[in-house]
Amino acid sequence: MSALRTTAPPVTAGRGSATWRLVKAESTLCVRDKVAPLWGIGFPLVLLVVLGSVPDLRQPVETGGGLTYFDLYVPVLILFNLAILATASVPTTLAGYRENGVLRRMRTTPVGPARVLAAQLVANLAIAVVAMVLFLAVARLGFGVDLPGHPLGFALAWLLAAAALLAIGLLITALAPGRGPATAIGTVLFFPMMFFAGLWVPISQMPPLLRSIAHYTPLGAGMGAFQDAYLGHFPSAVPLLTLAAYAVVCAFAAVRWFRWE
Amino acid sequence: MPPVIEVRNLHKRYDDKIAVDDVSLTVQEGEIFGILGPNGAGKTTTVECVEGLRTPDRGEIRVLGLDPLRDRAELTRALGVQLQAGHLPERLQVAEALELYSSFYPEPADWRALLDDLGLAAKARTRYAKLSGGQKQRLSIALALVGNPRVAILDELTTGLDPQARRDTWDLIEGVRSRGVTIVLVTHFMEEAERLCDRLALIDAGRVVMVDTPAGLTERARVGQRIQFRPSRPMDDRLLASLPGVSGVTRRGDLVIVNGDDDALNAVTTVLARNRIVAERLRVEQASLEDAFVHLTGKRLEPGSC
Repeated sequence: MSALRTTAPPVTAGRGSATWRLVKAESTLCVRDKVAPLWGIGFPLVLLVVLGSVPDLRQPVETGGGLTYFDLYVPVLILFNLAILATASVPTTLAGYRENGVLRRMRTTPVGPARVLAAQLVANLAIAVVAMVLFLAVARLGFGVDLPGHPLGFALAWLLAAAALLAIGLLITALAPGRGPATAIGTVLFFPMMFFAGLWVPISQMPPLLRSIAHYTPLGAGMGAFQDAYLGHFPSAVPLLTLAAYAVVCAFAAVRWFRWE
Repeated sequence: MPPVIEVRNLHKRYDDKIAVDDVSLTVQEGEIFGILGPNGAGKTTTVECVEGLRTPDRGEIRVLGLDPLRDRAELTRALGVQLQAGHLPERLQVAEALELYSSFYPEPADWRALLDDLGLAAKARTRYAKLSGGQKQRLSIALALVGNPRVAILDELTTGLDPQARRDTWDLIEGVRSRGVTIVLVTHFMEEAERLCDRLALIDAGRVVMVDTPAGLTERARVGQRIQFRPSRPMDDRLLASLPGVSGVTRRGDLVIVNGDDDALNAVTTVLARNRIVAERLRVEQASLEDAFVHLTGKRLEPGSC
């Protein structure tokens, strides 16, 4: 009974320590889960290196403002990372937590389940930052791709894109009845989203109808904003507002329909 | 002293089924209070309302003077909960889980010592998904205690544990109680209830059948004791049946079986002696809580077992 006689000294009293430990734990679990590091970072990184080694992709894209095909793939792969986190990592993990009673167990503690959600989002955001910096660095150092001409605009566009996608991830979690359906919905959403980001065909070369649709999809809007930033402009209002709208609406709907059990 | 837990006229129904139908009970400071009943009796729903995990349809609940729903922040700091089905992330290791949970509470217990007490030290670096059922159970007990709670609610404490681990856990719970922690124990194990609980509430079909000490329950059920022997020479059953305290005499083979209250044994042995009958292979069995339960509710607690 030694445990219960001697009270351990409070670790570092206050709520900050519990939140920080949760973020740390969720990050560790994200890495152990392998989806985020493997599919969110490893796979797009390999793709980046492979595509960077194809000479044909170094041709300028028509109407691309001087950017080459490969230049455009760098932001596409940054969006690829966010899309994986939002459609595979977040919903599967959180719907699993709900299904297995992890969130329910948390409801009986002073910390509550909302902070587990927050910690999970922070952990994914941290992984996304690592991926973004890594992809930019590899493209710059390995393949001589210039950094975005308007760094502040790029950072803002990235933050809005990350917010929009994590909100979508939360919404999937909220609407899916269980872990299986959450994974399925995420997978089904991933491919059209990536299509409209221009993974297979650059947006500028899509037929007009698809192009106009693309501008209003989360990743298409993200791509539009990134492209502006690469060309040295502050991103125009439409893509930024589109991303912000996705973030707000999806987050709101997710909170509205979220079930803890 | 006000009771630690007070439940008054609790009602809770799920879509088509009444789970709790007017439960009232009080738990006093420092006691181990058992909630005993067959599966589906409403035990878990009752404690989940007390924990604030469910919203009662009607009735009033106070835990340490707090409302489980309105005063969540304050209550969760003082209340340790072991859920029947509450899990951890699959890839979280045992020590990580305890360290994490201990950081949730203002004055946590020493989680490393708790790890030893529950025999989990060797599994400190094992992931939750790789633990056996009994190990998961012990971890969930540890998590219920890691916050140094004033009240602990333990649902199906030792289900899934082997006999040795079960006895170890009982020792642990008695140790926790000796520190003044009030414990509510939901169980369907008679032996556990008899061994640990100061008082018991028998719950059946969403209602409290009776609240008493284990001994009191047995006594109130008037199942008393059972005396069994082989008479050394033929005897007339009526000799015993009319004795005070004897409620029935039956035969099984050459055995005579006498049911009666605590006075029966004296009366029976006196009559036998007076008639020079020796009671061979004499056995006296105290009625168990199980007998009392069957008597009071007409149901068995653990179908097919015991």
